[in-house]
Formats: sequence, structure tokens, C-alpha cells
Amino acid sequence: MKVTDKDVAYVADLANLELTEEERAHMLRDLNSILEYVDRLSELDTDKIAPMAQVSDRYGVDESRQGSERFAYAIREDVKDGLRKSLPHDVAVKNAPDTDGTFFEVPKVIER
Amino acid sequence: MPSGLTIDEVRSTIAERKTTATALAHDFYTRIRQEDPEIGAFLTLCEERALVQAGRIDKMAAEGKPLPPLAGVPVAIKDVMVTSGVRTTAGSKILDNFIPPYDCTAVARLEAAGAVILGKLNCDEFAMGSSNENSAYGAVRNPRDKSRVPGGSSGGSAAAVAAEMAVATLGSDTGGSIRQPASFCGVVGLKPTYGRVSRYGLIAFASSLDHIGPFAKTVKEVALVLRTIAGRDPMDSTSAEVPVPDYVAELEKPVKGLRIGVAKEYFGSGLDPEVRAAVEAAIQKLAELGCEVVPVSLPHTEYAIPAYYIVATAEASSNLARFDGVRYGFRAKANNLSEMYRLSRDGGFGMEVKRRIMLGTYALSAGYYDAYYLKAQKVRTLLTRDFDEAFKKVDVIAAPTCPTPAFRLGEKVNDPLAMYLADIYTVTANLAGIPGISVPCGENHEKLPIGLQLFARHFDEATLLRVAHAYERERKSTQN
Repeated sequence: MKVTDKDVAYVADLANLELTEEERAHMLRDLNSILEYVDRLSELDTDKIAPMAQVSDRYGVDESRQGSERFAYAIREDVKDGLRKSLPHDVAVKNAPDTDGTFFEVPKVIER
Repeated sequence: MPSGLTIDEVRSTIAERKTTATALAHDFYTRIRQEDPEIGAFLTLCEERALVQAGRIDKMAAEGKPLPPLAGVPVAIKDVMVTSGVRTTAGSKILDNFIPPYDCTAVARLEAAGAVILGKLNCDEFAMGSSNENSAYGAVRNPRDKSRVPGGSSGGSAAAVAAEMAVATLGSDTGGSIRQPASFCGVVGLKPTYGRVSRYGLIAFASSLDHIGPFAKTVKEVALVLRTIAGRDPMDSTSAEVPVPDYVAELEKPVKGLRIGVAKEYFGSGLDPEVRAAVEAAIQKLAELGCEVVPVSLPHTEYAIPAYYIVATAEASSNLARFDGVRYGFRAKANNLSEMYRLSRDGGFGMEVKRRIMLGTYALSAGYYDAYYLKAQKVRTLLTRDFDEAFKKVDVIAAPTCPTPAFRLGEKVNDPLAMYLADIYTVTANLAGIPGISVPCGENHEKLPIGLQLFARHFDEATLLRVAHAYERERKSTQN
């Protein structure tokens, strides 16, 4: 078993999930079974292989450069006029579970 | 009656004033009310919006104006694409009451081309699943055999076309979610190249793997819808600045001399013998059409599922962090903010979504990032190189879409790993970003549909569709 009860509790906490006792038991079983399957990735020697985060990296990124220079292809001039308007305030809060019309309202913030 | 009409037939029938878009929309709603209670493909109908659009088309027809390419075509949209003023749930209770304030670009482009949007389609929650059984609103049944799943996650999109409740639909494909249900329901489904279709307004699951694409009964209709929705969108920075060819005009070019790759890795153990026979017969047909069949190797294929389920869940754990009960969606009663986050997410998300958030969070957490996430990204490079090498030798690769025909409802619900393996032949195209299509290529002894999958180079949907179209025509001509 790679993943323990303690790991499940820790990860649930990171993910902002509470999970019932039953769900935690399922997670323990399922994460271990899936990760055991995933472990076959270690059969591959990838020491010299670059990680791939995005397919679109292939459409113009200049790997020979550093930092934001790599993405020079996507740079454009600042737009001064004709910017798209933001959502009107009343539309933006329309789906809010709780709002005073200006802000989203939430319960009191208390240190956990 | 609506049944059997193609996109072109809808448009010409309206143009010739033999029917109206309004009458057609009513016909489809009647059919949905008759058929859908047993199938469960639709979550929300938007009749008001549909009839306004149909009225607009009818006015154009009455005035003798030229009709747009999808004029009056009844379509429906997977419920992971937002629709202004029309409830959008992503198949989740956490968005049960969500009314989006804007339209997904692909949806807006369909409507601008004259399509009539009938409603929103059932899917696995946040597009996470391969059977549509993870929907918070109930499973979809396969119209071809109602004891079986339609596939997932775009199960409603495939079923609606198969049951002729819509002429075309949109789905999304993160690991096979368009192609696998297309195969299970016996329709055509296309996942375009990454960057070909804007994802603006698609509720994100795994952003480096998510794609929007069409379903229809024929390859030509899929080409028509792709032509409509493809192309750069300033609202999606990952949409590519690549010209959109006329996919429909390209369909009729000859396929003679094209090289079709066949990789043994897609015909290994676990492949149902009847599926194998049908796909091999389809490849034989392509050879008879003058294509050259060439063996290729995609040696890292067996590592695709483990790499995929790390990358996809890691991205999902990050994307789904936005569902916290603050700005929209379900909010649980709580005494303080952190309790509100946790109880809202606990109450709003279903088990598979929680499982994937947990797996993704674990893979990204300190101490495991290198071993899982970084490792999976490196394997993704290897898988992509496999395709790069193969496409030096061939123009298209042919494979099964799925290892089996549609399985039974409930068959895999308690075994997440077995469910993940249903995507074994489809996740590779998402990891590499290449286009893939599933085209019906036969039935097994129980009359369950089987899908032929074709892959092509990045942005070469034209060749992909051309080969699929040639195969489809050949199959139909020899069937009767």
C-alpha cells in the first residue's frame, strides 16, 4: 500500500474536501489500485526527456530562448481602444448563492 | 417527419419552402418527448431560444435570402458548454442552478451559421467518465440497446444523434469522450486537433487535453460542422492561428495513394475478436480503394493510460478548485468560510469527480510531483514522438476506437480502473493533440456497433475526413 489513511486525510485537506468515512475508505482502495497501475511508468527511462505541458507549445515556442522570450510568437501590441467590456456588475453576481448586489457574501472567515 | 434528414437536406427543404425551420423544430421536440424518456439524453430544452432562431431562418427563407450553411438544422449541445440564459450543469449537482451569462464560442458559431439549438445534453459529471453513468442526472441509455451504456463522457451527444433527436451535436473529448460514444452508438464523432476549435465557454476538465468536436450520422455533416466551429478565437489563447480549409470540398479528393499506418500496439490482447475483425476488414477496404497499408510502430502506447490519468487528474484538481460555493453553484450551510468550501464541494461533487480531484492533488503534492506529474509529462513527450515518427511514413493511422462494443449499464461502475481502460485506444490522440475520428465499421453478433478510428497529423483534418468519407461511402455502397 502506497497511500495510507493519513495521506488520504492530508490530500482531502489540500483539495478542500471533507469526505465521509465511507468515501475515505473507497479513496484508500481506489488510489492505491490506480497508482499501482500508474507505477508502470517507472519502467521507462525518461532522464533525458523534456516534459510536455501543452500541445500548443509546438506551434511557435522558441525552445532556444529563455523565459517569456520563448513565447515571443504570442506577443502583441497593447490594445488601447475597443477592449471587450467586462460583464455588467448585476450579471456577474446573478448566480451568486449570496450577494448584497455589490459583493459576494461569505460566512465569517475564521482561522482553521 | 424529421427522421433521417441530413444537414444539407434540412437546408434545401427549408430553402425550397417544403417545410419551415419552425415546423422542423416542433417535429424534433415531439420526437424528443416521445423517445427521450427511455434514453435520457437531454437535460434541458431551450424551446424559446430555438423557436426565435427558427423564426429568423424562416423569415430569411420567406424573403428569398440565401440561407447560411446550417440553416434550420436542429442541433444540441453537451452540457459542459455554456449557453447564455440556458441552464448549464456539466452533469453536476454543484451547477444545478447555473445560468451562464455568455455563450461558448462553438455554440455561438453554430447559431451564427443558422443552426437551431434544441437543448443541452447529458454527460458524465464534468466530462469525467466513459459510460455516462457518472452524471448526477442519471445514466443515458444506448439507443441501439437500452440495456447498454452509450459511452462517455459525451453519451447524450452520441445518443441524441443515434436516436435522431438532433441532426448534429457538439461534444467534448479529453480522453476519448467524443470518439468512444460515437463508436458505441454507431455514429460519426470527431476530435479535432488541439487548437483547431476554440474552448472559450467550455467548462474546463483538463485544459491541455480538452477538445470540442462534432457528432453526426455522416462524415460530410461532421465536416460541415467542423468548418463552422473551427478557427482562431481571440477569447481562447490556445486556439491556433491556422487557416481553416473547406473540409467539405476536400472530401471528394481521391484517396488513392494515401498511406494508411497500422500499429500492432492497437491490436493487442484485450481487443475483442469481433472488433478486430471489423477493423481489419475496414483497413482492407481502404486498401481496395487504393490506399497503401503500411505497418508502423507506436511503442509507448501501453503507457498512455497511466500518463493520461496523472496529467488529466492533476489539471482537473486545479481547474475544479474554482467550484467553492462563492460566486456560483451550490453552497452548503456552514459556520465559517473553510467549512463552507469543504461542505459545498462535498455536497456538490459526485464520487468520480472527488476521486479524480484526490488523485490529481496527490500527484501534484510535495514529494510526489516528480514521481508522478513530471514523469507523466515526460512520457507524454515520448508518446507524441511516436506519432511524429509514424507520420513521417504515413498520412493516416487506422485503429479500433474501443477494445469492445458498448458494455452493459452497471458493468464497470465499481471498478474505476476497468472503466479507465475503456479509453485505451483514444487517450493517445489527446496527449499528442492530433485529430481523431470514429466512423461506424460494422456490428457484432448482437448488432452492437463497432467503430473504426483514424488519426492524422496536426491540423490535417482534411485528409482525416477525406479517408473517413471514402471509407463510409464504400461501406454503404457494398452494404445494400
